[in-house]
Amino acid sequence: MNLDLARWQFAIVTVYHFLFVPLTIGLSLLVAGMQTAWVRTGDDRYLRMTKFWGKLFLINFAMGVVTGIVQEFQFGMNWSDYSRFVGDIFGAPLAIEGLLAFFLESTFLGLWIFGWDRLPKRVHLATIWLASIGTVLSAYFILAANSWMQHPVGSVVNSATGRAEMKDFGAVLTNSTAVGAFTHTIAACFVTAGVFVLAISSWHLAKGQHTEVFRPSIRLALVTVLIASLGVVISGDLQARLMTQQQPMKMAAAEALYDTVAPSSFSLFTIGTLDGSEEVWSVRLPKVLSFMATGSFDGKVEGINDLQAASEQKYGPGDYRPSIPTTYWTFRLMIGFGALAALLSVLGLWLTRRTATAPMPRWFYRASVVALFLPFAANSVGWIFTEMGRQPWAVFGILRTADGVSPSVSAGTVLTSLIVLTLLYGALAVVDGVLMVRYAAAGPPPPAGDRESEDSGDTDTTHPLTVAY
Amino acid sequence: MALTDIWFVLIAVLWIGYFALEGFDFGVGMLLPVVGRTETDRRVVINTIGPVWDGNEVWLLVAGGATFAAFPGWYASLFSGFYLALLLVLVALIVRGVAFEFRGKIDSDRWRANWDRAIIFGSTVPALLWGVAFANIIQGVPLDSRHNYTGTFFTLLNPYALLGGLTTLVLFALHGAAFLSLRTTGEVRERSRAIAKNLGLVAVPVAGAFLVWTQFSLGDGWTLGPAVLAALTLVGAVLFISRGREGWAFVCTAATVKLAVLTLFIALYPNVLPSSTDPAGTLTTVNASSTPYTLTIMTWVAVIFTPIVLAYQAWTYWVFRARIGRADIPSWAGLTKRTTTRETHGAHAR
Repeated sequence: MNLDLARWQFAIVTVYHFLFVPLTIGLSLLVAGMQTAWVRTGDDRYLRMTKFWGKLFLINFAMGVVTGIVQEFQFGMNWSDYSRFVGDIFGAPLAIEGLLAFFLESTFLGLWIFGWDRLPKRVHLATIWLASIGTVLSAYFILAANSWMQHPVGSVVNSATGRAEMKDFGAVLTNSTAVGAFTHTIAACFVTAGVFVLAISSWHLAKGQHTEVFRPSIRLALVTVLIASLGVVISGDLQARLMTQQQPMKMAAAEALYDTVAPSSFSLFTIGTLDGSEEVWSVRLPKVLSFMATGSFDGKVEGINDLQAASEQKYGPGDYRPSIPTTYWTFRLMIGFGALAALLSVLGLWLTRRTATAPMPRWFYRASVVALFLPFAANSVGWIFTEMGRQPWAVFGILRTADGVSPSVSAGTVLTSLIVLTLLYGALAVVDGVLMVRYAAAGPPPPAGDRESEDSGDTDTTHPLTVAY
Repeated sequence: MALTDIWFVLIAVLWIGYFALEGFDFGVGMLLPVVGRTETDRRVVINTIGPVWDGNEVWLLVAGGATFAAFPGWYASLFSGFYLALLLVLVALIVRGVAFEFRGKIDSDRWRANWDRAIIFGSTVPALLWGVAFANIIQGVPLDSRHNYTGTFFTLLNPYALLGGLTTLVLFALHGAAFLSLRTTGEVRERSRAIAKNLGLVAVPVAGAFLVWTQFSLGDGWTLGPAVLAALTLVGAVLFISRGREGWAFVCTAATVKLAVLTLFIALYPNVLPSSTDPAGTLTTVNASSTPYTLTIMTWVAVIFTPIVLAYQAWTYWVFRARIGRADIPSWAGLTKRTTTRETHGAHAR
C-alpha cells in the first residue's frame, strides 16, 4: 500500500515537473537566439519576439522551479532506504546540479528579468545565454543520476555496509546511457519549444495579426522542430541499442516480445492477453526490431519469457517483468507523437519552400495549434516508458523498487502528501494554463514607434532596474 | 581535519548561507501587508527581492543536495522523519514561488490579493518551521536502531522546538525589515524602520531565551562564544535601527542569523541527528557519511565552483543595489479583463 502510493506520488509529481522543464530548456535557447539577433541587427521585430516569447518562457519557468523543489526532497521523504542505499553515488550529481546549474540559471535569469535597463546590452544578452546554459547543465547531471539507475556503472555493492559505493565518478558521468539520454532529452526539449512556438505563431498568423513577429517565429520553429526531431530519432536509435544490451527485459517489454527470436520483427500493433503474459495477435514489420535493437537485420533479440527465467537464475525467485501493456504502449505513443510533430514541421517547411513569407493554408495553421499537445504527451509517455520499463528494479539488477521505500512513513502520511500535491498541482496547472493562453493571445508588444518611450538599453542610474514584478 | 568534518562544516555553511539570504526574503514576504499599505507600495516591497529570491532559494537545494551527497544517512532519516513538516514547507515554497511571477500578470485586485496571501503564507510557514526543524535536529528525535524516525508530526512540536520556530520567525522578520529599510525610499522605508524597531524589541527576549536554553541544555564551551556573539549582534542591530544606521543594522541582523545557526551546528557536532530514544540510533558524521572517495570528489567540486557562485551572486546584489521607491513602479499592472492586448508600454513595462 505504502509502496504503491509512494510510486503513484513519484510518478505524478515527476511527470508534472517534466511538463514544464523541456519547454524551459528549449525556449530559453530560442529566446537567447532572438535577443542575439536583436543585439546584432537592431531590428525591433527581434526585440518584440524576445519580449513576447520571453514572457511566456518566464511563466513556464516559475512552474518548473517550484515543482523542482519537490523532486529533490522526495527521494529522502518517500524513498529513504533507496537514498541510504544509493546516496554515495546518486547524491553527488544532484548536489552538483544545484551548485553548477541551478545557481547559474536562477541568478542569471534574475539579472535578465530585471536588468534590461540596468546592464549594458551585451552583458544583458550574456545573462540569458548563461541561464540557458544552466538549464542544459542541469539536465546533464540529473540524467547522469537517472542513467546510473538504469545502468549502474562506476560502483560496487558493499555487502558489509549494505549499500552501493562509488568507485569511478568519471564512469558515472560518461555512462553511455547518460550520453544517450542527454542527447535524446535535449533534442526533445527543442522539439517541445519548437512546436510551442509553431502552435502559437500559427494561431496569430491564421488571424493575420502581428505577422512581422510571427512569420520569423514560425520559420524558426519549423527549422527547430525538424532538426531537433532528427536528433531525437538518432539518439533514440542509440538508446534502443543500449537498452537491448543493458536492460534487455525493457526492450522485450517495449516490443511485447515474449519469445527470443532472430531475426526479430517490429510490432506496429500487438494485442496481448489481459494479464500481459502472452501475445494474441499482432501486426509486424519483419527484421526491423533486430535492426533497431542490435544494428543488424538478423540480430537476436531476447524475449520476455527467456529473460524472466534467466533473471530468476541470477537474482532468485521473483517476477522480473515490468507491466507489458504499459511499457509497450508508452513506447509506441512516444514514437507516434514525436513522429507527428516531425511530420508537421516537414509539411510546414515544404509549404514555405519558395519563400519564407508565403502564407500557409488555414488547415496547416489549425493542425499546428492542435499539435501543441504532441511534444508534451511524448515527453510524458517517454519518461513513463523508461521508468516503468525498468521495474521491478529501482537500480537495475541491484535494488528493487520495493526495497527502497521509506519504512517509517505510514500509508496515511503518503496518502496525505499525494492528495495535497496532486490538488495543488492541479490548481496551479489551471492558473498556468490561463496565464499562458491569455499572454499568448495578447500578442507581442507594439512596434518601437508606438511604445511610450524607447528602450535604449543603456545603463541609466536614474532607473535602478526594470521593475518587473 | 577528517573529510567528514570538512563536509559537516560545508553543510553548515550552506544552511547558514541559506538562512542569511532567504531569511530576509521570508521577512520581506511576511511584512508585505504591514509595510505595503497600497498596491504601489506592495510592488516596491516585492521588487526589492524580485531579482534575487530565486538565487537565494537555490541555497536550500544545494544544502539538501549536499546533505544527500555527503551524508545520505542523515538526508534519508531527516527527510523521511520530518515528512509532514517538510510537506508544509514545500507547499509554502511552491505557492510563494509562483506568486512572485504570477502576481503582476493580471490587473485585478482579487487576483493580486490572492497571490499576496500566497506570498505571506509562503514566507511565514517556512520561517516558523525551519526553526522548529533545526531545534529538533539539535535536540534529537526518536530514532530506532536502524535510524528510522519513530515519532509523529506532533513530536516535533515540543517547547524547545516551538521556541526555536518563534526565534527564526521573529529574526527573519527583523532581518527582512532591516533589508527593506536599506533598499527602499519614502513611506515604505519609514514603515520598515518603524516595524524593525518593534521587531527588535521582541527579538531580543525571544532569541535570547532560545540561545540561553540552547547553551544550557545542549551547548558547551564551544557554543558559548557564537551564542554570546549572536546575542550581541542582535543588540547591535536594535541599536543601529534606532539610530537609523540602516546598512549596519542589516549587517547585524545577518550576523545574528548566521551566528545563531552556527551555534546550533556546533552544538550538534559530532552528531548529525541524535536519537532521543536509542543511542544506537544516533546518526553521526561518521555513520551517516558517504565513502571517502565520494567526499573527496565533492570537495574538489565545492572548492572550485563555490567561489565562482559566490562571486556572481555578489555581483547581482551589486547590480541591483539602488533603492526602490514609488516613482520606480510603472503603471502597467498586467492584462485586464476587458482586453487581452497590452495597451500601454513604457521602458520598464513587460
